[in-house]
Amino acid sequence: MTTTPVEPEALEAAFEATIARHDRIEPRDWMPDAYRRTLVRQMAQHAHSEIIGMQPEGAWIGRAPSLRRKAILLAKVQDEAGHGLYLYSACETLGVSRAELTELLLTGRQKYSSIFNYPTLSYADVGTIGWLVDGAAICNQVPLCRTSYGPYGRAMIRICKEESFHQRQGYELLMTMMRGTDAQREMVQESVNRFWWPSLMMFGPPDADSPNSARSMAWGVKRNSNDELRQKFVDMTVPQAEALGVTLPDPELRWNEERGHHDFGEPDWEELAAVIRGDGPCNAQRMAHRRAAHEDGAWVREAASAFAERAGAR
Amino acid sequence: MNDEYAGDSSQWAFGTGFEDPLAGVDTTVPQGVDPAELAAYCLMLGDDALIMSQRLSEWCSRAPDLEEDIALANMALDLLGQARLLLARAAAADPGVVPALPEGSPVPAEDALAFFRDAEQFRNVRLAEVENGDFAHVVVRLLLFSVARLALLERLRTSPDQVLAAVAAKGVKEITYHRDWAGRWFLTLAQGTEESRRRLETALEALWPYQAELLAPHTGFGVDPATLRGEVDVVLDQVFAVSGVERPGDAPPSDAGREPIGGTGRELPGGTGRDGAHTAALAPLLAEMQVVARAHPSGRW
Repeated sequence: MTTTPVEPEALEAAFEATIARHDRIEPRDWMPDAYRRTLVRQMAQHAHSEIIGMQPEGAWIGRAPSLRRKAILLAKVQDEAGHGLYLYSACETLGVSRAELTELLLTGRQKYSSIFNYPTLSYADVGTIGWLVDGAAICNQVPLCRTSYGPYGRAMIRICKEESFHQRQGYELLMTMMRGTDAQREMVQESVNRFWWPSLMMFGPPDADSPNSARSMAWGVKRNSNDELRQKFVDMTVPQAEALGVTLPDPELRWNEERGHHDFGEPDWEELAAVIRGDGPCNAQRMAHRRAAHEDGAWVREAASAFAERAGAR
Repeated sequence: MNDEYAGDSSQWAFGTGFEDPLAGVDTTVPQGVDPAELAAYCLMLGDDALIMSQRLSEWCSRAPDLEEDIALANMALDLLGQARLLLARAAAADPGVVPALPEGSPVPAEDALAFFRDAEQFRNVRLAEVENGDFAHVVVRLLLFSVARLALLERLRTSPDQVLAAVAAKGVKEITYHRDWAGRWFLTLAQGTEESRRRLETALEALWPYQAELLAPHTGFGVDPATLRGEVDVVLDQVFAVSGVERPGDAPPSDAGREPIGGTGRELPGGTGRDGAHTAALAPLLAEMQVVARAHPSGRW
């Protein structure tokens, strides 16, 4: 194959023009190294979050209180494995293998969402995670359907459809429990109290302290700022909480007529920093579970490769 | 999902309406069928599916690879679906099998059966309940289980009970995949590495003694599993031959009839899972599965 040499300036100009048109960058297109690195970091972190995120809810599959709920929860956690799979595949279009990314996760060089370092203490947490955690994830992810990198945007379209189904199942579980016994209503409120602030932290630090945001916005990888999305989530969630009959644990939460938005209190950013640093309640447990599954399965992956090689040689 | 929450189906990738496997099926117990016998038969097959599903779902987030995690969850979901239909059918045929709950409890019959019976009231084979081991263990367990269950469901498609026939028709498609998955992995592990072969043989040795129970004679309503031995043997022998694995000898399980259940240390005189005589593994499995439901006998989920 003969290739026509192209000036680096021309490549960069073509890339910038694509971004300016809000068009997609595709795997074979030229892209700056920093853009590629930013995407790999963000997509891998998202993929890892799906995989680690199987654990807090997965812990309740065995104890689901009805067969219908067991089926819903199992299907939901299975979807998360599926999301991890699409996202690792999308990363592979940027030249990084799933095995490499798994290694980066297991050695702590890549992160996953801090929310999964909180424990799940009752069955109501399955509902609250669907409603608040998946709700926050949807606010973060819907704009990513329009992200500039094609494979990522397309994966996100499918993921967002499934996530909104997950959010509704969570809300429906909580709504059903609120119509049950007093003990169930208390369980729901207690769960919401624990997950409200960590959910607000899912949007990341305030814009002023978010080092990677500006460039990601300029490249169209990210479409809205952390604070914008956090506000959107609060505004969306308050009426849902009222319909449910639960209180959100923030004394400063009130409607601000002038701004046309809800005012709300400041999350504990020290806590977020600690959880990201690895000092959250379940960081060690989540990583140990993932590492054990990976190591326990090593002989199976080796056997499958050996079998495939032998079959290929025949 | 309730209609209230299902919303506009056009916005969901696969819609919100799921196919009802019993749509249009005559649910009356056919004339000449003893409702108690029908219930006992459905309970036996429903318990097999429920307990097997519970064990398979323990693999969730622990499989060797994402593809296998998804596959195992899929099979657990299929069996859970079969269990729900079969337990509901048992309850409809003979309400006497359903445990009593506090007055006004909203717990449906399928859940009363799953969550409010004790170990000795379960009728599943012991193969389904023994503790999980490594990946070779789940492959062997699924192979033995699905070869026998597929042969049974194929025959049950023409059951005089229309509900059981419909459940079997749906189940045949599902279990065909389970058997295929297990067979492919059996071959892969047998011919993969020395370690995978050693682990496969260890799992086969441990689980084989429970295989005969799948084909134990059953009198009364339904296809007698004992009549399936010939076709089950043909399939298993074929898998063994292709994989180059020797068929194990037929010895009874080392713990047959001597296993204490429910942690009481009570010894049972002979018998199998079908008579409510289980291994020590069932009681802890149920303790976990039933813990939330039993704490809220009047709860709504």
